[in-house]
Amino acid sequence: MDLTVGPNQFFWSADRWAAFYDDLAAAPVNRVVLGELVCSKRLPFFQDRIPDAISTLLTAGKEVALTSLALVTLKRERKQTAELIGMGVEVEVNDLTALAHLPQGTAFSVGPLVNVYNEGALAWLAARGATRVCLPPELPLTSVATLAKAGADLRVMIEVWGHGRLPLAISGRCYHARMHNRTKDNCQFACEDDPDGLDVRTLEGQPFLAMNGVQTLSDSYACVAYQIDALQDAGVRALRLSPQSNGFGAVCGLYRQLLDGQKTPAQVTDAICQLDANARLSDGFLTGDRGVDWSGSRT
Amino acid sequence: MVMEIVCPAGTPAAMRAAVSAGAHTVYCGFADETNARNFPGLNFGRNEMREGIAFAHAHGSQVLIAINTFPRAGDEGPWHRAVADAQSCGANAVILADIGLLDYAARHHPDLRRHLSVQAAAANADMINFYADTFGVKRVVLPRVLSVPEIAAINAETAVETEVFVFGGLCVMAEGRCSLSSYATGLSPNMNGVCSPASHVDYHNDNGVLDARLGGYTIHRVQKDKPAPYPTLCKGCFSTTDKTGHLFEDPVSLNAEQLIPQLQKAGVTALKIEGRQRSRSYVAQVVRNFRAAVDALEAGQPMPEGMLARLSEGQAMTTGAYKKTWR
Amino acid sequence: MPHPSAPIPQTPTAVALPLRLLPLGPLSLSLTAYSRSVARRHPGLFRRLGAYNHTRFVLDPTDLPFVICLDPNGGVPRVTLTRGQGDGAARIAGPLAALLGMVHGAFDGDALFFSRDLVIEGDTSAALALRNAIDDAELDLSQEITRLSGPFAAPLQRLFALMERRSGVSLTRSKEVDAW
Repeated sequence: MDLTVGPNQFFWSADRWAAFYDDLAAAPVNRVVLGELVCSKRLPFFQDRIPDAISTLLTAGKEVALTSLALVTLKRERKQTAELIGMGVEVEVNDLTALAHLPQGTAFSVGPLVNVYNEGALAWLAARGATRVCLPPELPLTSVATLAKAGADLRVMIEVWGHGRLPLAISGRCYHARMHNRTKDNCQFACEDDPDGLDVRTLEGQPFLAMNGVQTLSDSYACVAYQIDALQDAGVRALRLSPQSNGFGAVCGLYRQLLDGQKTPAQVTDAICQLDANARLSDGFLTGDRGVDWSGSRT
Repeated sequence: MVMEIVCPAGTPAAMRAAVSAGAHTVYCGFADETNARNFPGLNFGRNEMREGIAFAHAHGSQVLIAINTFPRAGDEGPWHRAVADAQSCGANAVILADIGLLDYAARHHPDLRRHLSVQAAAANADMINFYADTFGVKRVVLPRVLSVPEIAAINAETAVETEVFVFGGLCVMAEGRCSLSSYATGLSPNMNGVCSPASHVDYHNDNGVLDARLGGYTIHRVQKDKPAPYPTLCKGCFSTTDKTGHLFEDPVSLNAEQLIPQLQKAGVTALKIEGRQRSRSYVAQVVRNFRAAVDALEAGQPMPEGMLARLSEGQAMTTGAYKKTWR
Repeated sequence: MPHPSAPIPQTPTAVALPLRLLPLGPLSLSLTAYSRSVARRHPGLFRRLGAYNHTRFVLDPTDLPFVICLDPNGGVPRVTLTRGQGDGAARIAGPLAALLGMVHGAFDGDALFFSRDLVIEGDTSAALALRNAIDDAELDLSQEITRLSGPFAAPLQRLFALMERRSGVSLTRSKEVDAW
């Protein structure tokens, strides 16, 4: 199984961003998707660093793709989306707006924020040129298995969300700005203080969600360590690891060792929890009653 | 041309109420997971649908059938049958969100008019034109993330009709792209046609203080005699390190009645009212109110003063994203 | 019809007090017969309850000294009046006028919930199913009662007449649905 690093969902400084991708060159991953997924206002801060990052990763033998924005409304965002096509690397479509600009016959990949819930959608995307689809994180294992099988017939590689805070929602409204009583246009980049999102708890103090500008994530970090065998049996060909600010290189290594049979799921999850003692894990979308459920707590 | 009022109907009785109150168009769904208001006791059996459509047509109203969830992998049959049955029941159009289902409908039911559901979150002209060119979509229901000038800009760049929400529950997140509900309860709008489902709601009433819990998470706590909201996740009361409150959205509902003239200038074809889960009393009242508004507009008269606050969630209203400062 | 912003009428004590003395056993039998007669004419109501067709509901008119336990019993309903909490999976509580106004399409259930006139406890999903099924049935409880005959008819008819006269509560389906 391949390991793919998904686009960083958070707002990091340009230097931190560039250092992260320099480090990834040495990580045991096959593919890296980069670029801005969440908010078009962040892009100008690190846009000029993208070509270097791409070249470093290509030199290190990684496949590289550029993500589209998750929600495209403004003229500037449409232009940004159209410009992705000429960058010389594959585009990962995370909003169908990008497809409007992709010439027929151009190969592309599809990210987890495009709704691919069934064979009909998968077949249509395959016919349009999709070669790889990372499925929406909320899909249960039975759907994943059906789509992996259909993907094999359609020559589309099926990837699933493997690790990291789950992207649960995207909005036109910026919650970081709202929290500071600012509008989105005058957000003053409030989200940059929270490199892994801002924890959101219930009135009773129960950890629940994480705020990331216009995006809402899970509090828990998805972790499919206990589902690896089932995913492999289902024909899933790649796992997506989503960037986090601390110990991400180690996370990549742990999943590689798990896939290579050098570590057990329990060893991997223990090690992940040691990187961040406060991290809570979940894998409920695949086999649990609810997305937040964690099969590690049953073992 | 007078703006089209598109009204919800969760039951045949609500459909009759909407038609009698002057709805130009009614939208509804079959009683299963194929539509995004798959609530207990709601929606239409096949015969009810056929009779309801006959009633509406006899009174000069049109009927749209929402088949706007995402078909289940390995089990797309119910969604395909829903499209076929919508056509045989005489629906004027189907409202679809999934690209697989749009493709299916375009190939197998080319004569059945296709609208793009808000669940597809098509928020710009490129995407809307893409849906029109690819799947023959004739109308798009715009996501509730756009301002009035942005809607005008879209209409300037597309021949596809636009339909916008003017009243009722307000999704804060881009519709069709939200898994908050399934994260907390296992049931999602996209897969199961429910958000923050009643089956996972627990109310606790302690001396008039009302706690609402969803999937074990406390969503809000309302003090005695204060208006209660729906126990919807995105309108819950939560905390971060330095703030407690309705971090995503207040428990309000949309009322864009006073913006109708601007929406007309922006080129909008149809005005949509949310609330298939509401009673026939709500439907009749809201429809009458909005029908009066568009008739007044057509006659060159000022917008009538609305009286809909009591029907609104938390009894509070907003114009939502139509005003840019909402963001 | 009450004005939209008018408060929900409370059953006056003059009506509620004598009800304390009512023999609930015979009244339960009458209401069971009545509900079965409604069920025969509105089978769709029970179909619409779906999975909740055998769920026991407690309807609690908060201004009356008893609660109504409704067991749909798959379309052959049973109604029991009791002076206590009552036993059921879902409880819907509110002034009698609110409950009847909902049945008759004069009030919107969600709006009553927002305004705190209606309280739901227990199985929220079941309560919702019942609310939706009843809304679709377009019941007219006064008209239904005139159809009822036999030994159970007279006591109910007297009770309804008394309540309507003394309380101003809507016992007839809202013809012109123009209020909540």
